[in-house]
Amino acid sequence: MALPPHVSTGPSAAPARQPVYALVGNPNCGKSTLFNALTGLKQKVGNYPGVTVEKKIGTTYSQHGQPITVIDLPGTYSLAARSPDEAVTRDVLLGRRADTAQPDRILCIVDATNLERNLYLVHQILDLGRPVILVVNMMDLAAQAGLTLRLARLEHELGLPVIACEAVHGRGLIELKLAMSRPDLPLSRHAWDVPAAIAPAVAELQASLTSNDRKSPLIARAEALLLLTDQDALRVAGSTPLCPRTVEILESWKKRWAAEGTDWAGTLVASRYEAIGHLATAVIQTSGTAGPTTSDRIDAVVTHQLWGWLVLGGVMTLLFLSIFTLAETPMNWIDDQAAALSTWVKHAMADGDLRDLITAGVIGGVGGVVKFLPQILILYFFIGLLENTGYMARAAFIMDRLMSRVGLNGKSFIPLLSSYACAIPGIMATRTIEEPKDRLVTILVAPLMSCSARLPVYLLMIAALVPGDRVPLATKVVIMILMYALGTFGAFGFAWLFKRTLLRGAPPLMIMELPPYRLPRLRDVALHMIERAWIFLRRAGTVILGISIVLWFLSAYPKAPAGVTDQQQLAQSFAGRAGHALEPIIKPLGFDWQIGIGLISSFAAREVFVSTMGVVFNAEAKDDDTTPLRQAMLNAKWPDGRSLFTPLTCFSLMIYYVFAMQCMSTIAVVKRETNGWEWPVFQTFYMTGTAWILSFIVFQAGRALGF
Amino acid sequence: MPAPTISLSTLPIGTTATIREFPKIGAAFLRLREMGLLAGTPVTLVRAAPLGDPLEIKIRGYHLTLRKSEAEHILVEPAA
Repeated sequence: MALPPHVSTGPSAAPARQPVYALVGNPNCGKSTLFNALTGLKQKVGNYPGVTVEKKIGTTYSQHGQPITVIDLPGTYSLAARSPDEAVTRDVLLGRRADTAQPDRILCIVDATNLERNLYLVHQILDLGRPVILVVNMMDLAAQAGLTLRLARLEHELGLPVIACEAVHGRGLIELKLAMSRPDLPLSRHAWDVPAAIAPAVAELQASLTSNDRKSPLIARAEALLLLTDQDALRVAGSTPLCPRTVEILESWKKRWAAEGTDWAGTLVASRYEAIGHLATAVIQTSGTAGPTTSDRIDAVVTHQLWGWLVLGGVMTLLFLSIFTLAETPMNWIDDQAAALSTWVKHAMADGDLRDLITAGVIGGVGGVVKFLPQILILYFFIGLLENTGYMARAAFIMDRLMSRVGLNGKSFIPLLSSYACAIPGIMATRTIEEPKDRLVTILVAPLMSCSARLPVYLLMIAALVPGDRVPLATKVVIMILMYALGTFGAFGFAWLFKRTLLRGAPPLMIMELPPYRLPRLRDVALHMIERAWIFLRRAGTVILGISIVLWFLSAYPKAPAGVTDQQQLAQSFAGRAGHALEPIIKPLGFDWQIGIGLISSFAAREVFVSTMGVVFNAEAKDDDTTPLRQAMLNAKWPDGRSLFTPLTCFSLMIYYVFAMQCMSTIAVVKRETNGWEWPVFQTFYMTGTAWILSFIVFQAGRALGF
Repeated sequence: MPAPTISLSTLPIGTTATIREFPKIGAAFLRLREMGLLAGTPVTLVRAAPLGDPLEIKIRGYHLTLRKSEAEHILVEPAA
């Protein structure tokens, strides 16, 4: 891999190719807002190969209209990485990632209201010896908090361009672009003395890194400093292993310090903060002691022992109400459009297999999944809103104690909650969980939360379960709550189990910043929502399309003689035969081969079970009226004349649907998020296995008890 | 005579203290230090979560959460 040559500072050495800026900063400092403001819609969102960390690259233009590349690196508090996201930031900055060229210049963004802690990362970045532009964001909020920042002094002390900015209002962007357009940028002349106890080790490591690991001297010094603070520095994916000699030097120093009682990492951190402290005293002027801020007043209610729960409950209720009410109209619209498109194709094309493939396979299959897009969009919108305002961190704070009982932390709460609507946004929201094992556990259990696609199945089963044409509301509600509770307890139970066995790990920490509340920035929320929706649609266009065609093929072939009904065609198709083949396995659960077809077809989306039952029992099922289908199902019999849909079978089937993994979209997303097929395959087996066992127990126990 | 120290987890809610002793090892403590919790830094215990854990502290002008299990290893000297 050819690294770009180190950009020197003379005007003659201005980069000939498109300059590459890396944008770095702490979480919650307005980095995404600045990135969006700089690059607008000229963004490319992908993944860093080998890790599921979002890679965002955008283009902005210099004052002369030259394109400038900006890489938005994941937010971090320190280069001593703790999560895969933070490791990406560190590795890109150090030029360790073969897939991303080392940036020529670094754009550091800091929060003006919280300068000291934000400068810690800047201080580490100055060690890299790259030209840096410092953007001091949220100047307006700092002024409101009674802080006066003498940025000219900061610029003087650090010796690099410092730009005052309010990214939300677009203020300071022109100045920033002017600075970014400069062909020459000074290197910081900020002098920082490594503490005397550690300096010899840094020098020795630097020498070894330069000669043995072929790093440039400045990078070698930064790497040496990092090796002394970053506990994971030696075993990180995506970076080249260090020369054994360097590791040997590191270990011998650590041994020596341990014997002497020197706290090397702590000393390094403390000396950085000391240098920052001097800067801060020179730069920050506080006028008077500020009383409680608006944020403090909001938090007094939102994290209150009693009100806190009410607010959380209120927010969640609002979220679910809007998902189920607002999404209904667009969902029906998509259904209608898919149906209209099918009809149009039916008129436009001659009768035949190709026509069936397009209408039933492609439009029906993909349409059935895309139908969930409105729900997913609303959910992303809410998640974005909660993140943007700062409430997300409070929800995690409140729920942490409960989540810690099963070995997770509060950050797993929102992903699991979102999964009640749909597991896909839930699984994608796990990216905020730092510890990879905790993230994986959350992904593995998220689909156990009863999603909205299970609702039609539950409703049909409840209708079949209760005698009479109208189900009493109380019965319906009690059974529903039972199913949701079953899924929820299942999810927590399995999380507990996985954290103790397969993915054993230390209980996760809960070191999390509670950022001040801010008004949401709708543009950022919308961009985030569109990005995520696009990922979902791309999946629908590839994996889901493929599986839909396979499922269609299974139900359309082999062809029955002309003139038979759909019911007979399905019965003798591959799916029907598979249903027959499946019968011995599912008979102990009370299911026959016809239900088996339903189980297979609902792999497209669980609710497809309802329409499949409509075909199997030759009864048209409408969303709002299941009476004919219910009658047909109640008339269904085993060959020996027993009723097929006894109340016990209905229960068994519902329990099966609570636990079984029957959603190709989820599998596709889990594959993407875990970078391989192992975990989605494992997940499918453990969930479906649990479903089988529990349905078996319920059905057999019920029969033994005489139901 | 050195002032008496107590653990951060036993600091009364709403009071401010100065950090005196900090554990040397452990990833959690390194990160906490990088977040600015150093010996000599003033810290305010803002509140405990509704279920008693984790804790919310204010340090260097911003709010941070940590669990009691970490807080009990951090020794602080309450302001007089």
